[in-house]
Amino acid sequence: MRLQAERLSARRGEDLIFNDISFTLESGEALVVTGRNGAGKSTLLRALAGLLPLESGQVWLTETRDEPRSFASACHYLGHRNAMKRELTLLENLIFWQRFMAADSADLRSSAAQASERVGLSDILHLPFGTLSQGQQRRAAMAKLLLVHRPVWLLDEPTAALDTSAETMFADLMNDHTQEGGILIAATHQALGIANATQLVMTGFSGVEDAA
Amino acid sequence: MIALFVRDVKLAVRGGGGALIGVLFFMTVVAVIPFGVGPDLNLLSRIGPAILWIGALLASLLGLDRLFQAERDDGALDLMLMQETPLTLIVLVKCLAHWVATGLPLVLAAPFLGLFMNMEARAIGATLLTLLVGTPAITFIGAVGAAVAVALPRGGLLVSILVLPLAIPVLIFGVSAVTAAVEDPAPFLPPFLILTAITLFFAVIGPVSAALALKHGAD
Amino acid sequence: MSDNSLSIRKVSDLANPTRFLALAKAVLPWMAGLTVLAFAIGLYFSFSSAGDYQQGETVRIMYVHVPAAWLAMMCYCVMAASALGTLVWRHPLADVSAKAAAPLGAAFTFLALVTGSLWGKPMWGTWWVWDARLTSFFVLFLMYLGLIAFSRAMDDPSRAARVSAVLILVGFVNIPIIKFSVEWWNTLHQPASVIRMGGSAIDGEFLTPLLVMAAAFSLLFFTLHIMAMRNEIWRRRVSAMRRKAARSAASVYQGKLGTVFPEKTNETKDPKGAGSIV
Repeated sequence: MRLQAERLSARRGEDLIFNDISFTLESGEALVVTGRNGAGKSTLLRALAGLLPLESGQVWLTETRDEPRSFASACHYLGHRNAMKRELTLLENLIFWQRFMAADSADLRSSAAQASERVGLSDILHLPFGTLSQGQQRRAAMAKLLLVHRPVWLLDEPTAALDTSAETMFADLMNDHTQEGGILIAATHQALGIANATQLVMTGFSGVEDAA
Repeated sequence: MIALFVRDVKLAVRGGGGALIGVLFFMTVVAVIPFGVGPDLNLLSRIGPAILWIGALLASLLGLDRLFQAERDDGALDLMLMQETPLTLIVLVKCLAHWVATGLPLVLAAPFLGLFMNMEARAIGATLLTLLVGTPAITFIGAVGAAVAVALPRGGLLVSILVLPLAIPVLIFGVSAVTAAVEDPAPFLPPFLILTAITLFFAVIGPVSAALALKHGAD
Repeated sequence: MSDNSLSIRKVSDLANPTRFLALAKAVLPWMAGLTVLAFAIGLYFSFSSAGDYQQGETVRIMYVHVPAAWLAMMCYCVMAASALGTLVWRHPLADVSAKAAAPLGAAFTFLALVTGSLWGKPMWGTWWVWDARLTSFFVLFLMYLGLIAFSRAMDDPSRAARVSAVLILVGFVNIPIIKFSVEWWNTLHQPASVIRMGGSAIDGEFLTPLLVMAAAFSLLFFTLHIMAMRNEIWRRRVSAMRRKAARSAASVYQGKLGTVFPEKTNETKDPKGAGSIV
């Protein structure tokens, strides 16, 4: 599996946020996107996820799969918001996302119970999501990544609102993903503890330096 | 897709009783009319179908502007946009769930309100039938407005303003079918079938353009 | 004919706003002059033609009313075509065109409604009838106002462009539906009680001034449309400059911290400049 991004640029509103970004990631590699506030980290991830139109450039994923799919549908995206409903219980939320995201049963990975155990929430599956604390909500959103298999993870500030134990837990999750041959792209301010990571420094309008 | 349907219905029932509020609003609108036009029962029975239809139209629009905004606010819309499942299908399922949770209760409440309006059994039956067929069209039209509202920083009200003119044909044929059922010479079937056709037409146009608006409105 | 050739060139030739501005500058005085000329001829004909033996002098309202109504509908077609241009070809000027056309369409619709009302009072004895045509025009007016309100409510122009394009197209599909449904609704409720002139019954006496006035109104529309588009382009340039000023103020601040942001290179690197007007 190989992910290639070529000469990407995107704009928000009328302003060009970044320009001419290219990178290639092989199976099991990670890319950590850093840079000051407003440098375009989130915009890059959203553009990769297909949520923002790319001004120019192309992203493609070469994978061994019978039917071709769009790049976005091969990705997990963990944004700032957790994409969970406050009124539903944690279990209901997780089961919904599992059923909704699994196009066929081959995509299924771990059950809601297993995923919640992995992030340390198995005791509170029956609670409404709205009653969970910030950190618990964030961990629930991470459990979502484990429900369905997606080769590429796009993570936008994944460890915001997490304590150190949750951070190490999440670092393990990410390392497991890359060890299983997945690709990972994370935008962050903090050190994430990912092995085998390339760094992409975004400097805003002047373009990007690739500091491997 | 069944999962999405079930989730949306659950949310509507649990999240502050969206379905109930719609019915309550419907009842209030209908209850207010006699104060405006006077308690003349003959007049009320004549304009009853129209009042029920207008009440149902307004009540269906209530809360419709949140259809996608709520998903946008918690980030779920992002994930929906990324799936392999066509967005049009997702929109369609969400519309159906919304209709089952809020439109269907309105339809079921209509006969009781028809009694308040001194309507004959025949007129009540016809109103029930036309509402059953016609209210989904309002949901589908409203979905376009709701999708557009996602891109708006503010303004759920603007959505209602944009959507209402598009719902005029539904109202016209809904009411005229009921009138035809009550007044003998006019046939009931032609306006009723046109109403059905309009609903089916919007079942296509609505989700397709709502999906288009969502795709382009993402930020 | 000048407007015809212009609209062709607008689509094929004028991908770039600067060229559009240059053309607008060259063409506008001529178009304005032609418009004035056409109106002078049209108004002369309108007032020199004989009055109708039934309707008397009020028939002259027709020379304003009918062209305004035509233009009101044509304006929506222009907007729908522009909406297609935005969504399909992502033409940077298409959005400008749609946005500029909406107030014009609203104005023509309003003019048609007002003159119709003024004409209706002496002819039908009432200012307003819920006649099929009047009703559907009123709905058209509401839709124009809604679209204007919508494009004002959005702060991000490129997103506003695409979303309102979807809205315009949905409205375009709906206009015939509303028109026909309202016509059927009208016949279902009340038999035709409205006296109006049959289209075929129009005499040459009336037809000449009517057509000249229609041409004058079309010229007026295209002149105003081009002017409104030019204004919209200028407005966007101004706001782009403001953003640039804000940004360079920020980069001076950053520069003090030791980082240099070469603003200019970004402009030249911008591959096509598509989608925005800077």
